[in-house]
Amino acid sequence: MIPRYSLGERANHWLGSLAYIYLLMTGLAFWSPYLYWMAAVVGGASTAQFWHPWFGLIFTVSLFWTFANWRRDMSIDDNDRAWAKAMPEYIQNRDDKLPPVGRFNYGQKLFFWGMLYSVILLLLSGVVLWYTETLPWSLRYVRYAAILIHASVALVTIGLFLIHVYMSTILEEGSFSAMVHGYVTRAWAWTFHRTWYYEVTGRSRPEK
Amino acid sequence: MSQASTEIIRISGHAGSVPGAGLNREFQVCKLVDTTTCIGCKACEVACLEWNGYTFSETTFDNTYQTMPETAWNYWNLIKFNEHERADGSMMLLMRKDQCMHCEDPGCLAACPADGAIVQYANGIVDFQEQHCIGCGYCITGCPFNIPKFSPEARKVFKCTLCSDRVAVGLEPACIKACPTGCLHFGTKPEMKALAETRAEQLRNVSGFTDAGVYDPPGVSGTHVIYVLHDAKNPELYGGLPNDPHIPYSVRLWKGPLKWLGNFAIIGGLVGLAWHYMRYGPKKEEPIPPDDGRRV
Repeated sequence: MIPRYSLGERANHWLGSLAYIYLLMTGLAFWSPYLYWMAAVVGGASTAQFWHPWFGLIFTVSLFWTFANWRRDMSIDDNDRAWAKAMPEYIQNRDDKLPPVGRFNYGQKLFFWGMLYSVILLLLSGVVLWYTETLPWSLRYVRYAAILIHASVALVTIGLFLIHVYMSTILEEGSFSAMVHGYVTRAWAWTFHRTWYYEVTGRSRPEK
Repeated sequence: MSQASTEIIRISGHAGSVPGAGLNREFQVCKLVDTTTCIGCKACEVACLEWNGYTFSETTFDNTYQTMPETAWNYWNLIKFNEHERADGSMMLLMRKDQCMHCEDPGCLAACPADGAIVQYANGIVDFQEQHCIGCGYCITGCPFNIPKFSPEARKVFKCTLCSDRVAVGLEPACIKACPTGCLHFGTKPEMKALAETRAEQLRNVSGFTDAGVYDPPGVSGTHVIYVLHDAKNPELYGGLPNDPHIPYSVRLWKGPLKWLGNFAIIGGLVGLAWHYMRYGPKKEEPIPPDDGRRV
């Protein structure tokens, strides 16, 4: 077994996910009357309105910590761009037709940067909504922009979240336990992140 | 709060039907505020506080007779004082009683996500039901008149109720009862509209206010509080009364197309992922061959 995620990375991931799930449930309750019951499940609608921004801050901190840790691993290079062109093969599970990838593939990098930029926009628009009554009437256009940005970007993160959960629990076996225990099998690493497998098992990269 | 809960025709943040659907009511109520006969005595401000149980707030002096810059969570109606110099050089003191306009198409109700926090009765009154309010402040964004105000202690939003509790038992609102000049009138919408138009015509033909008119903005499908103004073409002169109020386009976009798009995207996404799994199945790790492709 090869170590893939340190204890800090795993703890941070779960902290962020729990915060996101709370944000998702309360956010969906505010989004749709048909999902308003979700707020009741997590403590009531008034309570949800109070805690939603605080969990938003926790989620932001978690993502910023991830950024500090993984920004180098997540940088996009030419190999990623070649991989991106062949992405339909990946979606159709013909992984053998793709160039080998490092610790994170292009899809994961898109997810990372997508979530990072989204959380910045959600934070800015969220602060406007949090203290909406302190903005004067003359600045009401900031409120109008904030409600549109917050809802639209939240929907984007929901889409990213659905794909992320699907892929890491059902689609790619071994990924979920990697984030719980921190280890993957050599075969998993060789199949899904071959370049990273070569680096981590101590030998040099294959010749180009 | 009114007892007539079955006469509710619109409920905020509500999944499902409303109890007052299909109700045939004889009339909708309307408050007429004739700014041309208001003397700025503020009896209406005091009456409102007394009826609703609020103590008098501290005045914020800004070189006018105005009590404070805008309505507050515990100060639901406010006379706005504005000096206006006419074309012939004479001065007018414009006095307009500012409070919730009880729109036929309320922006506060449209924006509110909390089930039952804002209701509209069949008689036209738009009422906050604070026990359901979650304090999010979306109503503040939805209102084109800057009316809902947040109380930091209660963590809820408050506004004029058009004395829904008095109206429910056949009384006129407190402000109307207190007004000494009779510039405030209460009755059915058609009655008040007709009275307003008569007064506006009198202003135009007899008093020389050629631009006098009735303020009943179509952008919110009309309101249940209407004004007679000396200058209906420039409502902003009366302490920022908006010229063409409507529910903000961003709120309409958010609760309309964006809502549909978002819901379809979420459901479509879930369906798409399920289909993907059935069609392509999971990715399986492959056993490492003897030559694992690395070059030392």
